[in-house]
Amino acid sequence: MTETTTTTATGRASVAALPRSAARSLRAERILDVIIRSIVPVVLALVAGGVLLLALGRNPLTFYGNIWTGGVAAGAWQNSAIRMAPFLLIAAGLTLIFRANIWNLGYNGQFLLAAALVSGYAPGLTNHVPAWLAFALLFLLAGAAGAIWTIVPAVLKARYGTNEIITTLMMSFIGVDLASLLIKGPFHDPTTPLPQTAVIPLAKMLPPIPGTRIHIGLLVAFAAILVVHYMLTRTSWGLRLQIVGANPRAARHFGINLPRLILTSFLASGFLVGLAATADIVGLWGYIRTGWDPAYGDTIIPFVFLARLNALAVVPFIAFFSVLSTGGDLAAQQAGLPTDVLYVLVGLILLFMTVIEYLGRRRELGQSYLPQGLRQALRLRRAVA
Amino acid sequence: MILASQVWTQIFWTSVIAGGLLAGVPLMFTALGEAISERAGVLNIGLEGMMLAGAYCGFLGAYYGGNQWVGYLAGIGAGILASLIMVALCVWLGLDQIVVGIAITLAGEGITSVLYQARFSAEQPRLGNLDSNPIPLLDRIPVLGKAMNGQTPLFDQPLIVYLGLTFAFVLAWVFRRTNVGLNLRAAGEKPEALDAAGVSVVATRSYAVLATGSLAGLGGAYLAIAGTGGFQPFLTQGQGFMAIVIAMLARGRPIRVVVFSLMFGIALSLSTVLQLAGIELAPEVVNMLPFAAVILALILFARRAYLPPALALAYVRGAR
Repeated sequence: MTETTTTTATGRASVAALPRSAARSLRAERILDVIIRSIVPVVLALVAGGVLLLALGRNPLTFYGNIWTGGVAAGAWQNSAIRMAPFLLIAAGLTLIFRANIWNLGYNGQFLLAAALVSGYAPGLTNHVPAWLAFALLFLLAGAAGAIWTIVPAVLKARYGTNEIITTLMMSFIGVDLASLLIKGPFHDPTTPLPQTAVIPLAKMLPPIPGTRIHIGLLVAFAAILVVHYMLTRTSWGLRLQIVGANPRAARHFGINLPRLILTSFLASGFLVGLAATADIVGLWGYIRTGWDPAYGDTIIPFVFLARLNALAVVPFIAFFSVLSTGGDLAAQQAGLPTDVLYVLVGLILLFMTVIEYLGRRRELGQSYLPQGLRQALRLRRAVA
Repeated sequence: MILASQVWTQIFWTSVIAGGLLAGVPLMFTALGEAISERAGVLNIGLEGMMLAGAYCGFLGAYYGGNQWVGYLAGIGAGILASLIMVALCVWLGLDQIVVGIAITLAGEGITSVLYQARFSAEQPRLGNLDSNPIPLLDRIPVLGKAMNGQTPLFDQPLIVYLGLTFAFVLAWVFRRTNVGLNLRAAGEKPEALDAAGVSVVATRSYAVLATGSLAGLGGAYLAIAGTGGFQPFLTQGQGFMAIVIAMLARGRPIRVVVFSLMFGIALSLSTVLQLAGIELAPEVVNMLPFAAVILALILFARRAYLPPALALAYVRGAR
C-alpha cells in the first residue's frame, strides 16, 4: 500500500530497470522525499502559528497541548473520528475532480443543499421504512442532490467552455440560499419558532461501530475513499481523467470524449460531497438550522493538495486535520480566542506547502533555489563589486 | 396591483439607488482590482482575504486615526501587504495561483477574526457616520441626487465614491489608449510577445497584482468604514468571490465592472429596501436573484465569459 501511495508511475518504471539494492535505496529516498514534503510544511505552519500565538500573549505549548487533550487523549480521538467522516467524503470528491484539473469550488452549496434535503426527509423516512433502507435512501438522496447541483457548471463547461470556477461559485451561493429557504419553508419543524428542521430521534441516527461511539458513516467514508482510489488508479476512466488533467489538448487528440468526462467527473464529485451531508446530519447533528454553513471544503482543500491528489494518502492528512479541528475547539476556548485561529494554521500550511514543493522541484532538476531574476541580480551585483 | 403603489414612490427608488451604491461600491473597487490582474494573467482567488485584511486595517486606521482617510490608506496598505505574498509566490516563483489564492483567503479570514476578537471582542466599537459631499445643483435632482430619510443617492456620496467612479473611467482609458494598458493586456494574452518586445512580464504582472491588492484593501476598508461602520469577523461574506465573478463577466472592462457591481449591489440591498416599502420577500430569494440571473443568461445565450489565454499560468521564460 505504501508503495502505490508514494511512487508515481514513472518512478515505478525507473525502479524496475535498476538492480535490486539500488532500487530499494531509490525507493527509500522517494518515500523519505514525500514524507519531508508533506510533514515539513505542517511543522513550519505550527511553528509560525506558535509565533502568532506568542504575539497575542498566549502560550503556544499550552495551546498545542490542549489540541492533543481535546482531539486525541482519553477517548477524545473518537470525537475526531466522528468529524472525519464528512471530511473524508468531501476530500474524496475534491481529489477526484482536481485530478482532471477541473475546479469544483461549489462544495458549500452542494453540501448544504444535500444537508437540508436529508434533514427534511430523515425524520419521516426513518419512521416509516426499515433503518437500513432509510439510511441507504438518505445517502442516495444526498448524493443525488450534490450531483444535480453540479450539472449546470458541468454542461456549461463541457459544451461552451465556460470557466467552472465562476459557475460553481455562483451555484454555490444559490445552493446556500436555497437550502436556507427549504429549512424555513417546507422542512420547518412546526413545534419550534426557531428556523430549523425536526430533530431525528437519537435511536434513529446512524448506529455506532460496535465498541465505539463512532457512527458507521466513517465506514462509508472509508469505502468511498477505496472506491475512488480504485477508480483513479485501476480503471481507464481514471487514466483518462489524469490525461485530461495533464493536458486537455493532448487528451482530445488522443480521442477522449472530453464533454462526457467533464460531466461524469462533476457528477461523481458532487455525489461524494452530497454523501458527506448525510454522514454529518444523520450521523452527528440530527437536524439543521438556517445560517449553519460549516464550509468544510475550504479547510479540506489544502490537505487534498498535501496528499498530492492521492485518495489513499488523503486519509492520514484528514485524520490530522480532524484532530486539529476537534482539539482546536478546546484549545481556542481555553486561550480565549475564536476557533478561526485554525483558518490561519491551515492557510499557513498551504503557503509553506507550495514553497516546499517549489524547492523540491528545483532540487530534482538540479537547479538553484533562487528564482531566476533574483539570481541574475545577485550575479550582477557581484560582477560590479 | 397592490405592489405598484408601494413601489412607485420617490423614497423607494432613492433607497434602491442609495442601497445599491452602499453595497456596490466595495464590490466595485475589488472587482476593478481583479479586472487589472485578470487582464495581466493572474487569477486572484485570494481577493476575499485581501478584502478582509483591508477591512480590518481600515477599521483600525479609522478608529485610532479618527479619520476615514487614515482608514482608507491603512486598508490599501494591508491589501498591498497581502498581495505581496501573491507577487512573491505566484509571479516571481511561478507557484500555482489558485492554491496560493485559497491560502491567502483562509489566512486572511483567520487572522482578522482572531486579531479582532482578541482585541475588541468585549467592546465591539463602532465608527461614526460618514459625512457625504453633495454635488451642488446635481443634488437637487430627485431620486438620483436628493437625499431622503437619510438615504443618500448618487450625487450625495462620500468623496471616495466619486474618486472610485472616476478611477474606473481612467482605468478604461489606460487599458485602451496607453502603453501601460497594452503591456498589461499582453501579459495576459501572450506573455511571450511582451517578453520579446523587451518588457518584463514578471514586473508587469507584479504591478498588476499590487494594484489589485490595494484596490481590494480599499474595497474592504470602505465596507468597514462606510458600509457597516465597524468590523466584524467574516465581514465580507463572499464578496471577494462575487468580485471575481463580476470581473470575469465584465470581461475585465472597467465600465462594465462598475455597472455589474452596482447591479449586484442593488440586489444585495434589495431585501431591506423592499421591507421598508412593506413588501415581505425572503432575503434568500433576493440574494439568489443576481446569481440566478447570471446562470440563466449563461445557459440561454451560452456566452463565454472571456478569459485571457494565459490566465492562471505562471510565465517562465523559454518554457513550453
